[in-house]
Amino acid sequence: MKALYERPETFIDTATHFCPGCGHGIVLRLIAEIIDAWGIRGKTIGLAPVGCSVLAYNYLDIDMCEAAHGRPPAVATGIKRVHPDHVVFAYQGDGDLAAIGTAEIIHAANRGENVTFIFVNNAVYGMTNGQMAPTTLVGQKTATTQSGRDLVNYGYPIRVCELLAVLGGSSYLERVSLSSPENVRKTKKALERGFKTQMEKKGFSLIEILSPCPIYWRMNANEAMKHIDEEMSRTFPLGVIKDWKP
Amino acid sequence: MNNHVATNITERIVLAGFGGQGMMLLGKLLAQAAMVDGKKVTYFPSYGTEVRGGTAVYHLVISNDEIFSPIIEEADTLIVMNQPSYQKFKGMLKPGGLLLLNTSMIKPNNGHDAKVYNVPATEIASKLGNVLVSNIVMLGAYLAIKKLFPSELILKQLQEMLKGKKGDLFAINKQALERGMSAVESIHHQI
Amino acid sequence: MKQLMTGNEAAAEAAIVAGCRYYYGYPITPQNELINYMSMRMPQVGGVFIQAESEIAAINMVYGSAAAGGRAMTSSSSPGISLKQEGISYLAGSELPCVIVNIQRGGPGLGDISASQADYFQAVKGGGHGDYRLIVLAPSSVQEMADLVYDAFDLADTYRNPVMILGDAQIGQLVEPVEFQKGPGKNFPKKTWSLTGAEGRKRNIVKSFYPVKGQLEEFNARLQQKYKEIEDNEVRYEMLNTHKADVVLVAYGTSARVCTEVVKKSRKLEFKVGLIRPITLWPFPKEVIRKISEKVQCILTVEMSAGQMVEDVRLAVEGRCPVHFYGRTGGGVPTSSQVIKKIVEIVPDNLADALLQLAEVR
Repeated sequence: MKALYERPETFIDTATHFCPGCGHGIVLRLIAEIIDAWGIRGKTIGLAPVGCSVLAYNYLDIDMCEAAHGRPPAVATGIKRVHPDHVVFAYQGDGDLAAIGTAEIIHAANRGENVTFIFVNNAVYGMTNGQMAPTTLVGQKTATTQSGRDLVNYGYPIRVCELLAVLGGSSYLERVSLSSPENVRKTKKALERGFKTQMEKKGFSLIEILSPCPIYWRMNANEAMKHIDEEMSRTFPLGVIKDWKP
Repeated sequence: MNNHVATNITERIVLAGFGGQGMMLLGKLLAQAAMVDGKKVTYFPSYGTEVRGGTAVYHLVISNDEIFSPIIEEADTLIVMNQPSYQKFKGMLKPGGLLLLNTSMIKPNNGHDAKVYNVPATEIASKLGNVLVSNIVMLGAYLAIKKLFPSELILKQLQEMLKGKKGDLFAINKQALERGMSAVESIHHQI
Repeated sequence: MKQLMTGNEAAAEAAIVAGCRYYYGYPITPQNELINYMSMRMPQVGGVFIQAESEIAAINMVYGSAAAGGRAMTSSSSPGISLKQEGISYLAGSELPCVIVNIQRGGPGLGDISASQADYFQAVKGGGHGDYRLIVLAPSSVQEMADLVYDAFDLADTYRNPVMILGDAQIGQLVEPVEFQKGPGKNFPKKTWSLTGAEGRKRNIVKSFYPVKGQLEEFNARLQQKYKEIEDNEVRYEMLNTHKADVVLVAYGTSARVCTEVVKKSRKLEFKVGLIRPITLWPFPKEVIRKISEKVQCILTVEMSAGQMVEDVRLAVEGRCPVHFYGRTGGGVPTSSQVIKKIVEIVPDNLADALLQLAEVR
């Protein structure tokens, strides 16, 4: 009998710490599938951020490194410069990448650092109980924007891909989402293209993934998926933002 | 050529001028010669925040013995290239010390308790065709007075530093050193 | 072969000789000669040089290269070192070896760009968060800067711990003859913990996060055990004229050079002045200071700060003799005459006259 769906070998068999309906587990599984399919476990090094995915190394059976909040791009730079032929990726959330680590991601992109960044955007700080993120939508209620994010006090959600696209050093930037099986398949393709960009030494790649956080969005899982399609994708349009071919 | 007098002393030299007048190089040549000659040496720059045009002062200590603090409290020799440096640092010289003044850019006061040598270094250098070698004119003057090292030793260091692209600058630097040496021989110094 | 170099350049060249191939820095006076030299030298030896976007990025790049098994270094001066503290705490917590050079300048805040020793507390007491220690080495000459940089890399690898070279603007910018002969030691433990890709082995994780109750306490106990081992084995100091000394000076780095001059001058007197120069600021040479304190009239600590190391001296002495302090702050470097005048204040009157005369002697 042929198995249609199995746990990837690189995906560690353990209980998850993520909340019900969270998107992180899907993304981590996709990474594990690619590592298995391409047979690159022995030459892949991953970085876990600070945030909900701080324990990402509990799920991926590869060499992994912790980085201080927002610093994965700098730490990944240090690792990649020692192992230029390895596949190095950094897994970051929106607070990590687009707030405290803004300087690091911009300069890693601008240097054309040959690393793949997996940017999970759920528009909220989950681990610290649901505060506003730099990507929180206008009007979105969070623990620190109790009556909704207002432009006067907090400005606009940051569109990371568009921001990085203007930099000479960024090569491949795509925004995808986890809102449906079809979108999950597209996410996997985007991740593959990100890793491929790196393996072909074409420079900086970043895949922004719109991911559900039903708990802090105060929705059920179905509503959260709908929210991605109907609300989030309007602020953060899906698609390839930059595909630079040398 | 001057006679190299073997000395068993500690020589504390303060060098001061505009940033860009080559005080750094003057001191470096002396420091380099001192090192090659087997002496102990410390060389300490004291910058202002300006890169060009501000006052640059360097403390150079050459000794046969161990050197402790590289910061000079009282100088045996003060070499100054411009008026502001002269005003600022003249008080650092010990009584009876050696005061070497670039009189192209300094109007000295009378009554220094010092051996004063007036050297129009900038004029001499511009007559040679390159005002930038005024520092080497001063170096020549200093060597002729203090005879710390033979001029050949300094020339060798200069040649080392100017090797490659700057090689054609050696001739004019050599001339500048010699003019500086001969300048002091014809200058009457006041005590 | 001897060559003339600044302390900053000597630190950089010694790092290259020690096999450091990853340098990340950010410009700040008075350590600019170091970063400039690295930018010139690293490409020549096939190494990596990055001028980072901030001191924070630089220390985190060091973290990455150290985690990946490379010999990595960063350098800065006081305000920049403050920015690196987050990274330093993570390096200590992840037990990563690396070398951090602090060419101290005056503080607090932007302060000034001249020599200071006011970052002693920051260097030896933590600086960042958590119960951790850096090995802190304090050179007092350009040659010693080079020699200690080799040792710093060796100590870092031996103990899997960050090592700080604590210099100051004077040591960094001072030009002196230096030779690069000593070179790094050999036979370090293999970095089996480093991130190289988990080819044919169990995966490695470099981290400082221990969220499961009890794990962190266990880890901290192990860290403290390591620190104890370092304290037992790595204390370094220099003693000068301490045998039968009446007063012993305690000073490190630039201040120690001035104090050495005081000791040499006072040799003409009946009254004996000695010097203990800590070379490791952590681990601190407290044993030797304690023993000396039982034999001398008093101890005088000399620093370019408002009084930081003097607290460690007092902890070592535990009241066995008076411990005095002389310090200059805000970029001031003590002179030998000033130190002698301070000694005059603290010794019996019958000796003071002779000492005062000495203060006048150049």
